[in-house]
Amino acid sequence: MKLSAQWIRDFVDLTVDNRRLAEDLTGVGIAVEGISGSGADTVFEMEIGTNRPDAMNHYGVAREAAAIYDLPLKHLSAVSSQPSAKSSHNAAFPITVEEPQLCPRFSARVIRGTKVKPSSEKIAHRLRLLDQRPISNAVDATNYVLWEMGKPTHVFDMDLLEGGKLIIRKAKNGEKLKTLDGVERTLTSDDLVVADAKRAVGLAGVMGGFDTMITGKTRNILIESAWWDPVTVRKTSRRHGIHTDASHRFERGADFESTVLSCDLVAALILESGGGELVGDVIDVVSRQIDLAPVVLRVSEVHRILGGSLETGEIFRILKKLGFTLIPEGQGDAQFRVQIPSWRLDVEREIDVIEEIARLHGYDKFGNTLPAFSGAVVELPHAAVDATLRTRALALGYNEAVSLTFISHADAELFSSASVLELENPLSGEARLMRTSMVPGMLEMLERNLNNGTQNVRLFEMGRIYEQLGGNPVEPRRMCLGATLAAVKGSLPVGEVLDVSKDEHAATAEAFRCFKGDVENLLAGFAYRELRFDRETTEYFHPGRSARALIDDRPVAWFGQIHPEVAKVTWEEIKAGAILRETGAGAVASPLRKQVLRGLRQEVFVAEIDLDRLHSVGLRQVRFRPLSAYPAVERDFSFVFPDKVEFEAMGRAVAELDIREIVEFKPVEIFRGGSIEPGHYSILLRAKLQSPEETLRDDVQIVDWCEKIIGALKRVKGVQRVGGGASAY
Amino acid sequence: MSYTVPKLTNYSAAALENAAAKCIRACADDAAAVRNEAELKAFRDRWIGRKNGVLTQINDLWLKGAPKDAKREAGIRVNEVKARIQELVEGARVGGDESVSAPAERVDISLPGVRRPIGAEHPVIKTTNEMVRVFQKLGYSVADGPVVETDYYNFEALNFPPNHPARDTQDTLFIAGQQAKPQRERLLLRTHTSPVQIRTMEKMRPPIRIVIPGTVHRNDPPDASHSPMFHQIEGLAVDTNITFGDLKGTLDHAMKEFFGSSVKTSFRPSFFPFTEPSAEMFVSCFICGGSGKRGTDNAPCRPCKQTGWIEILGCGMVDPNVFEFVKDNGYDPRKVSGFAFGMGADRIALLKYGVDDLQLFFNGDVRFLQQFA
Repeated sequence: MKLSAQWIRDFVDLTVDNRRLAEDLTGVGIAVEGISGSGADTVFEMEIGTNRPDAMNHYGVAREAAAIYDLPLKHLSAVSSQPSAKSSHNAAFPITVEEPQLCPRFSARVIRGTKVKPSSEKIAHRLRLLDQRPISNAVDATNYVLWEMGKPTHVFDMDLLEGGKLIIRKAKNGEKLKTLDGVERTLTSDDLVVADAKRAVGLAGVMGGFDTMITGKTRNILIESAWWDPVTVRKTSRRHGIHTDASHRFERGADFESTVLSCDLVAALILESGGGELVGDVIDVVSRQIDLAPVVLRVSEVHRILGGSLETGEIFRILKKLGFTLIPEGQGDAQFRVQIPSWRLDVEREIDVIEEIARLHGYDKFGNTLPAFSGAVVELPHAAVDATLRTRALALGYNEAVSLTFISHADAELFSSASVLELENPLSGEARLMRTSMVPGMLEMLERNLNNGTQNVRLFEMGRIYEQLGGNPVEPRRMCLGATLAAVKGSLPVGEVLDVSKDEHAATAEAFRCFKGDVENLLAGFAYRELRFDRETTEYFHPGRSARALIDDRPVAWFGQIHPEVAKVTWEEIKAGAILRETGAGAVASPLRKQVLRGLRQEVFVAEIDLDRLHSVGLRQVRFRPLSAYPAVERDFSFVFPDKVEFEAMGRAVAELDIREIVEFKPVEIFRGGSIEPGHYSILLRAKLQSPEETLRDDVQIVDWCEKIIGALKRVKGVQRVGGGASAY
Repeated sequence: MSYTVPKLTNYSAAALENAAAKCIRACADDAAAVRNEAELKAFRDRWIGRKNGVLTQINDLWLKGAPKDAKREAGIRVNEVKARIQELVEGARVGGDESVSAPAERVDISLPGVRRPIGAEHPVIKTTNEMVRVFQKLGYSVADGPVVETDYYNFEALNFPPNHPARDTQDTLFIAGQQAKPQRERLLLRTHTSPVQIRTMEKMRPPIRIVIPGTVHRNDPPDASHSPMFHQIEGLAVDTNITFGDLKGTLDHAMKEFFGSSVKTSFRPSFFPFTEPSAEMFVSCFICGGSGKRGTDNAPCRPCKQTGWIEILGCGMVDPNVFEFVKDNGYDPRKVSGFAFGMGADRIALLKYGVDDLQLFFNGDVRFLQQFA
């Protein structure tokens, strides 16, 4: 909103320059955000809060300036607004208010025999400064008065009002009104209108009618200045999508006592430029008085809220300057009855008056204090779990990311089966749902990095997903990890290679193991009895290269390589039928394939972790285990297994031996090809044996236990290899 | 060993500096090459021998030969060289360097180190955590609440009555299919973290002090300074004797803790439906120190638009109407008072790190994120 500095100065004799004036106004909450122009054409760019319609005009701002500098505010009055003595016309123009609740006051003036023409240069120039377009003297007069003192008014061509009267009534359902902007509107019975004998001629407080507007032919003018119910104006303005300077002010509350003055000001401007005569007295239909209830102000309350000890004299002085009247109540200076000026509809309560005092006194003048407090400081219940996971993810080389929370229908369908929350007014047609999974956002970020030429990408995000459960919104918490194949492969330390076969499968198996290790590291801090993995994942993961982690038999994470058809589908590939199938993985259901459009230039790995589940599991409480004083012995076992026997079966077979001294049992080398029969693989397994009580001896226990291990491995279809290494059995 | 003291013809500062450096380097090389006691003695004689040691020569050739106006400068320089050579001679040891000079035992310590990847904290979350910690130290507990909120918590209980114009300023994103419900139960994406004030006051009796970090949404199309999703940090303190001065003192202390003890704060009147009096808090620009200008060429400071002040947060005393909604839980506005504040974590991170595009926070670009590692 623009205001002219010179116009403000019309009402108060300021000695400060414009820059200082702008600063001081800003200091009391009448914010000047920018200054442009210079001299008499200096323009302030104002930012006035929605609660201060009284300051959305020059006189209102001048009132604030007068209060700041303790200067007199000049009176605003209309000169030469006396009705012509020789007037032969009937003064009264009949006005019927059918809705006194919604139109408590309706003032009007009649001018006859005037001439509509362009405004004087003074008026036109001032309006142009504020980016207002001058139209004609009559219309400009209403606009000028609105910007001068804030009260919206309207002018009708009186000869076009049928039946010679005005009625304030509810519109009829389906009633038509062409508004000043030329748009024909269909009204409802909730709209309030100004009507003549036949039809609506204005949408109350929002916009006048097209058919009764001022034209070059207009000779006789009716000036309207009413006080409209703010909620009705706001509803009508929203229903019809019309926001005007008038509706902006009416819906925030206009000055009930300014209807007559504004009529007179408009009339004076019209008479001055276009001539004519004022007919009769002002018409003023008050069907309901809007009185602003006085407020009781206690000095003790001022001190309780603001702190410090503002003197009563200062309180008195500030409020008086702003137009409030204070009458002492009870004994001494402890309490006042404060009469609210009619333009301050925002001041209804004691606290509102206290704010006025603080504002004008100057916020920065209050001393800074620190309150005492005796309560305890509490963290969110999941803070420790979150902090542990976050620290570990960062240490594992994952960069923390934040992605937007909206996803498309296609992604929601592919990545979740949950009931979705859809936006009423989404920003884009594509992403109109709240995310039900963090995976699409993660894939998008991985894709963006690959497109930027970054090959080694590791990201994680912790946040919420949004679902409906039984009609209610729920916000499960999730962690999502994402990594490109290059990054995953790069994290394998030299010397940790397990599968030494020379084929592509070995590289894939090693990559999966690296990513799994990250998931294991994240989960390692939790208090579980058992962590195990199975293959029950979802269809957007590669079926052969993904797993589910379960803590005490309840799922907690899903991870692995993203299905190639999900990661790499592009329209070109779909058209060419060249979707990658070299993995032999089952095809993703065809409708999904058509909808999802991604082009990740590398295989990617993703993990989804259920934070709510981990929160209920809780962090592991560490209990110290004594270190054995006796040396550990390692023994290797070289075996060949059919492909279908996985390491888990071997581990379980050995665990079932229930030999307490086997403290570790792990694979150290895997090989396929060469002399190994196809469909089989060789594996070198290592057992670590240690007792807390004695030094283990070959001849006493070790040989016996090794035989038992060999027996257990043979029971799960293992064939022992001969000569498989120095210490190998 | 092959070093001979040059005669100086040019006594400019640069020439003196150059000659001194050459001399010291030669001495260091000589010291490193000492292999036995005999060599050590020879080394000492050569450099600090009274008769014709390098030091003596320098004194003669550089100092005595200096033109009058350069005498002072040359004297200072010669004294520096003397001190350094004394150090080197005293520090010289026999054979100490022999083994490391063998190529097999020596590594090139100038090769770049192998850096195992370390993940970077997200700048907004890092900023949020830092700010939350500042308030935790002041006795604030962390609270949170849902992102998908009801109209009641996001608006009504915060003194935004239905049909109030202040609702327009929030650019709310609404959840579809809510028309059948009463207005206060309709779902929307919270436009600020303030609903958690109400939720917490419903659960906990006064006194309370909470800090609320969280995600909020508004219908703002993404650009360099807007995002439909962003992050706020909210605070609330309620007790029997909280004043506007306490609000100012608490925030002034917190800003000094966060931005550094030299920042100043200033409060200007503002309007929020749920606080009264309401204020906007500015801190003196931590980029230009409040001068509005930067660097030696007095370039205009952009973050503070040359005003020397940066707007950081909105705050105010809790409006009595807000307390009315939780009055039954001990929040009688006649007995308790409180203050609340809220700030944008993303905006503070933008300012703090000099990031010029908000979108960089939300696209997971590793080249950007790794700058914060």
